[in-house]
Amino acid sequence: MKKRTFLASAAAAAALIAANPALAQDPVKVGFIYVGPIGDGGWTYEHDQARLAVEEHFGDQVETIYQESVPEGADAERALTQMALQGADLIFTTSFGYMDPTINVAAKFPDVKFEHATGYKTADNVGVYSARFYEGRAVQGHIAGKLTQSNKVGYIASFPIPEVIRGINSAYIHAKKANPDVEFAIVWAYTWFDPAKEADAAKALIEQGADVILQHTDSTAPQAAAAEAGNVYTFGQASDMAEYAPMPRVSSIIDNWAPYYIDRVQAVIDGTWTSDNTWDGIGPGMVKIGEISDAVPAEVKAEAEALRDSIAAGEYHPFTGPLKKQDGSDWLAEGETADDGTLAGMNFYVEGITGEIPN
Amino acid sequence: MFGSIDPLVLIASLMVASTPILLAAMGELVTEKSGVLNLGVEGMMIVGAVAGFITAVETGSPALGFIAAAVGAAILSALFAVLTLVFLSNQVATGLGLTLFGLGVSSLMGQGYNGVRPPSSPRVTIPGLSDIPVFALHPMVYISLLLVVAVWWVLRSTRPGLILRAVGESHDSAHALGYSVRGTRFAAVLFGGACAGLGGAFLSLVIVPQWTEGMTAGRGWIALAIVVFASWRAWRVLLGAYLFGGVTVLQLNLQAAGVAIPVELLSMSPYLITIVVLVIISSDRRRAAANAPASLGRSFHASS
Repeated sequence: MKKRTFLASAAAAAALIAANPALAQDPVKVGFIYVGPIGDGGWTYEHDQARLAVEEHFGDQVETIYQESVPEGADAERALTQMALQGADLIFTTSFGYMDPTINVAAKFPDVKFEHATGYKTADNVGVYSARFYEGRAVQGHIAGKLTQSNKVGYIASFPIPEVIRGINSAYIHAKKANPDVEFAIVWAYTWFDPAKEADAAKALIEQGADVILQHTDSTAPQAAAAEAGNVYTFGQASDMAEYAPMPRVSSIIDNWAPYYIDRVQAVIDGTWTSDNTWDGIGPGMVKIGEISDAVPAEVKAEAEALRDSIAAGEYHPFTGPLKKQDGSDWLAEGETADDGTLAGMNFYVEGITGEIPN
Repeated sequence: MFGSIDPLVLIASLMVASTPILLAAMGELVTEKSGVLNLGVEGMMIVGAVAGFITAVETGSPALGFIAAAVGAAILSALFAVLTLVFLSNQVATGLGLTLFGLGVSSLMGQGYNGVRPPSSPRVTIPGLSDIPVFALHPMVYISLLLVVAVWWVLRSTRPGLILRAVGESHDSAHALGYSVRGTRFAAVLFGGACAGLGGAFLSLVIVPQWTEGMTAGRGWIALAIVVFASWRAWRVLLGAYLFGGVTVLQLNLQAAGVAIPVELLSMSPYLITIVVLVIISSDRRRAAANAPASLGRSFHASS
């Protein structure tokens, strides 16, 4: 084909596409930035399931794109900028460490909407959303306190951010209520996703006598390590991790993002999207408690389910006084419940937890 | 203070935790000694992890899994060898490409293997000694130590080792003497791939044990760094790998024991201590430079 005829036919094709409204109408492009691989079996897996639910719900009206294993920090800005330049209309950034990159990139792309998970900084085109995982942690804590024989519960924490600290506090308060002798051993892995390190952390805790392991990291590696060790109980994190039920995984916290994602994409399609701050728990269904397996005694299971239901109904708040901070100072008086502001910025342990929170 | 830490259990777990990095680093050491810089260690490891996992699950034999891991990763490295040695592509770019390709292909191969439990591997049993944790580990741990001895001995005092080093130092001279530069390098790259594959399979079959996408999480890069910091010496690679793996496990244990050392310090300590120690023992710059393969990363063509 001669160059001139090629150019002519290309122009004709472009005119054809422009003239045909069905072809020219862009679907809404929704981007997702993930901190781990979609096959992590936990956190990122659930976000990707919600992405697929968005695709299924809207069909041709949306196009979704995603990028996996984006490091938190400077590189996230590059990934976000690239996604915005690709024409994304709405971008979900699904890890705490994307907070500042999201704000920075959002300032450069005022027409693109951003939704940041688990953070607290908003802008006109940046909304934040999170789930009240601490409600699920309360249920886990109760079961853990009842199950432990060694009275030592291991906790694999990721980064010292409010969301993780809330989870530790909530689990500890309810484990302590169920079993006054319980102690927590907390290991900070400083990673969201590193299966070998998560497994090593679980092994270190098990070797030192912990017989219940709670995790706030994203992979199923601690479950596998516990299965190998035997006689250790674990809980699924972010995803059901049912493949490790009934032992070691005895229950789980499941993140259910799909309804929220569908809702927000709809808002963009309708042109009604505004920056929001959503924080839902068990009641609205953003947090689910995975089935409590038969490895848990029936009466403990009943108690845990009652706890779950009372939280869902709004009758009970996991942070209800009297509660003291780790240093012994008063925090909540008898019957008082924690306000969302304090919870969102939580940077202290409650009384009874040993060790310090890293800075 | 360290009440709940049992030292022998700790040593046993640090040996296990260090093995994948040690295997991958020994392979890369041999590859680099032949003058080839293969930055695809991470990709080869993860392909080994998934190939070993799938084979072990399907056949029920962890031993076959390890063999498949070595073969699978070696096949991937053969791709690198063909591109860089035959088509003379840039080694750095091709190695980076190999990592990306390996990560992608492994996640494709691993579809459907999430949450599957692999057959558990038998531990070594030596009568009378197996009550001591250090002597009751997975056979691969001891194989990796034998590998260090073998690589050290072959490179130092055998004819093939000398030829390999000659090719890595000056491919033109080696070629003039009639040695096959391309053949030697091809073999070294395959060896590096096989070792990385074994390291990956050790992760997916022994340490974690499960298949998860991206489960090597940067261990291939650590292995690469250790080779350089160890100034291309087998014993120092062993030291570096055990330091890194050991301090990682130690710091997790110290945290679990509630020792009052700031967690920030503990979690950066594996990187810090490994680098500091290896830099200090390699600090004689003249000797360290003499040990770096002079033709590292340079393409060879017989006509040049």
